[in-house]
Amino acid sequence: MNQPVLQTNSQMPTESDAPDHSAPLVQVNDLKKHFPVTRGLLIQRVTGLVRAVDGISFTIQRGETLGLVGESGCGKTTAGRAILGLYKPTSGCASVAGLDLQAASGDQQMLFRRKAQMIFQDPYASLNPRWTVNAIVSEPLRVHHLFKTEQERSERVNELLELVGLNAHHINRFPHEFSGGQRQRIGVARALASDPLFIVCDEPISALDVSIQAQVVNLLEDLQDHLGLTYLFIAHDLSMVRHICDRVAVMYLGLIVEMADRDELYENPLHPYSQALLSAVPIPDPKKNRARQRIILEGDVPSPLNPPSGCRFHTRCPIAKEICSQAEPALRALRPGHFVACHFAEQYL
Amino acid sequence: MSSLSSVASLAADTLDAPPLSLGELTYRRFRRHKMAIFGAIMLVLLAGYAFIPALFISEKYANYTDTGLRLNAPSLAHPFGTDTIGRDILARTIYGGQISILIGITAAVLEVLAGILIGATAGFYGGWIDAILMRLTEAMLNIPQIFLLIVMAKFFAGGIPDIHLLGRTFSGSVLVIMMIIGLTSWPYLARIVRAEFLSIKEREYILAARATGTPTYQIIFGHILPNCIAPIVVTATLGVANAITLEAYISFLGLGVRPPTATWGNMLEGAYNYIESAYWLWLFPGLLIVLIVLSINFLGDGLRDALDPRSRTV
Amino acid sequence: MNTLLEVTDLRTRFHTPEGTIFAVNGVSFTLHEAETLAVVGESGCGKSVTMMSLLGLIPIPPGEIVSGKALYHGKDLLHLSENELEHIRGKEIAMIFQDPMTSLNPVLTIHRQITESLRTHMGMDATKATQQAVHLLDLVGIPDAARRLNEYPHQFSGGMRQRVMIAMALACMPGLLIADEPTTALDVTIQAQIIELAMRMREQLGMAMIWITHDLGVVAGLAERVIVMYAGYIVEEARVDDLYEDPRHPYTLALLAALPRADRRRGQRLKSIPGAPPNLLVESKGCPFAPRCELVAEQCWAANPALRSVATDHRTACWFDVKGMQL
Repeated sequence: MNQPVLQTNSQMPTESDAPDHSAPLVQVNDLKKHFPVTRGLLIQRVTGLVRAVDGISFTIQRGETLGLVGESGCGKTTAGRAILGLYKPTSGCASVAGLDLQAASGDQQMLFRRKAQMIFQDPYASLNPRWTVNAIVSEPLRVHHLFKTEQERSERVNELLELVGLNAHHINRFPHEFSGGQRQRIGVARALASDPLFIVCDEPISALDVSIQAQVVNLLEDLQDHLGLTYLFIAHDLSMVRHICDRVAVMYLGLIVEMADRDELYENPLHPYSQALLSAVPIPDPKKNRARQRIILEGDVPSPLNPPSGCRFHTRCPIAKEICSQAEPALRALRPGHFVACHFAEQYL
Repeated sequence: MSSLSSVASLAADTLDAPPLSLGELTYRRFRRHKMAIFGAIMLVLLAGYAFIPALFISEKYANYTDTGLRLNAPSLAHPFGTDTIGRDILARTIYGGQISILIGITAAVLEVLAGILIGATAGFYGGWIDAILMRLTEAMLNIPQIFLLIVMAKFFAGGIPDIHLLGRTFSGSVLVIMMIIGLTSWPYLARIVRAEFLSIKEREYILAARATGTPTYQIIFGHILPNCIAPIVVTATLGVANAITLEAYISFLGLGVRPPTATWGNMLEGAYNYIESAYWLWLFPGLLIVLIVLSINFLGDGLRDALDPRSRTV
Repeated sequence: MNTLLEVTDLRTRFHTPEGTIFAVNGVSFTLHEAETLAVVGESGCGKSVTMMSLLGLIPIPPGEIVSGKALYHGKDLLHLSENELEHIRGKEIAMIFQDPMTSLNPVLTIHRQITESLRTHMGMDATKATQQAVHLLDLVGIPDAARRLNEYPHQFSGGMRQRVMIAMALACMPGLLIADEPTTALDVTIQAQIIELAMRMREQLGMAMIWITHDLGVVAGLAERVIVMYAGYIVEEARVDDLYEDPRHPYTLALLAALPRADRRRGQRLKSIPGAPPNLLVESKGCPFAPRCELVAEQCWAANPALRSVATDHRTACWFDVKGMQL
């Protein structure tokens, strides 16, 4: 029933050459990204380490959407960028369709870039203000030599613009002539240009008005249905995450503290941080809000420069005991498919 | 069937504003700056003055000395008077204008090329490359440009032979002056370009280009550089004025372009001793220098306002 | 309940080279003492401009308050001199903003900034002002208040800075606090802390609050009455429970239908609102929401419906009765 809407003309090895379709599309293994803090003028000494991402592991199946949530400083954006190789990981590895960017040859690297793309948060900063829409959306086509003539490229750009719900007549306009929601769609069109398998959506709707957010989210879901895309959806808006994601991972200070199927997490959060996070999400229903039990956390998020010892959450945790400041809890399965990194999560089962 | 059709219905949404490229927006803002328009017109007139009469008056005539006519006040035959060895000042201002403008533009071009090269490299790569280049830049900025120019002018004086181009003869010193002005003016622009690169490099659209797999040179020249155009254009424009002024300085000190090639600056050199007695020696070239520098400054001001990305309104 | 603030037909415009921006177009509302009113709307709806007009914080030019009255304790705020307004701002009506980093002076200590208000408005001497400042920081939940008083804004985190702003706002015990998107830039757990603080302050001080936001979840947890704004007009006004259970304007309905829910299993697709936010350069002849409304009809384009009462304390600006509708 679905006619192939998108045609690409590429001499690169296609995904059908990749092995084993039942294996997860995305595999992340103990990924770490540390940023050194340096001092000095000519010779820079390292005086500290920001452990933005400190060892995360997960897989994403083809066609699935994994949500990565957490508050500012938890490392979710860094994680997304490290997975795509925009930051060189300090250690650990991330592979998409069997391709690991760090270990790959030049050709393989270009194939990775074609198959793994990103949608950015700020619609006002993610498009080059001096380039036309045509130039922006066709850049992947040119970089990867996907079509032979300018004519063919323009046709493909028109196709993409229509796909995301923009008028193809606007192909030669500049970003500043579009609204935030429209610019975000241009970003989506650009991400789709090279026919990717996997897209990291880095807070793609946070900067948009509520009425436009729904438009863009619906678009992303439609595209997933039609093109079989796999998403890593990074966000802090827990309501939207519940709507769009199949599985959710909660991050705190560089580590995943809980990961489960969507409804399981929202209905039975087992980690104290997840519980506090969920109870803090405002619900648009006055009666429910009044009836709610709020868990209000004390204090601020500690700095990733100097994370607390043992379990990183112990400084704000309502059930912290002595062992929590000494030993870092491992991520373990308390229920099938439901992973928690807490010494005492059993009490919530 | 699915909401793709509802999404497609949004394709009908029109853009409110008429298509205005950034260039058109810039032009509109520029138009509102009266002094800039005045400056632009003045520049066109001055350029016309320097090049068009040259079709009727030969350079030979400009360099023709007639000591019998020396130090004549302005008259019908010689509207601007004659200089200390009897050359017609009007003709010399025409040909001098050509050289002054040529020096101004070429020095500015050199300054821009060197400035972009060094600034972009330092800003994009950072680290020790940036550290070394910036210390070099700062060192040069700390030395007053005029002293540098004087020293270099003296050093290279008379070293280059005359140049024969297009049937005309230029003193080799023109080339020397052009180069040393250009090569001592770049630090200012290099710092600006570096600052722009440092800030633009972190923008999300650059990250997007990297995620696409765009090669580095395309990122530098295709993405970052076009977004730095504004300060480069403004600095380049003001650089022309700066170069003309500097040339006037050194020539006045006797270290600039060698006669018989005329420039507005070296015409002032001989005038020092005749400030009161033969005002026409310094008045006309001096006035022309003031006019061109002012015009360029007005133009530069207008460009700066027009290109300021913060004023998004027309 | 006594009326604290009564705004009638406020109209504010901005004159720009591109044209006139019709930012606020005939806004009228009443606020009672110790009441919490939420003003909801998306960007450009005029919610911030309305409040800033009341306090004379609109730059004139290019702004212009074309008409309106705002009676506060019998005085018309819109017709007071700058001098008289200065006595009211900070002392009787306090305002806090979204970005505490730009609202706080980065080169002055917190001590300086809080005590400035106390000494100017309450005439306290230095010692008393300092004591009061420590008390205020304690009140808003900043640990180690006495020591932190002498720190600079950049030494505080986002949530802490917002608390400092609240402390400064409360310093002179104002009768009304206007909060313009104070938690939008904060993490969700910090936002919960600030909201809890605001509610505690409200109880302790019996203060009225106007809370401007675009987040319908925050409104549900905090407000007693709600005003929904669109394109510079009020389109619906109701008590909070009524607004959520019985919305009567298509825009409110659409907003609620476009919201994902963290407390419910996922239903079908979110109902998005087609089109784009309105162009404020044009004074709309008909209903401003007409281009995007599902129920639009002939009359909607012809004339702009005025706010009319549809139930107790519930007004809506729509030609149709959308009671019980599900979009």
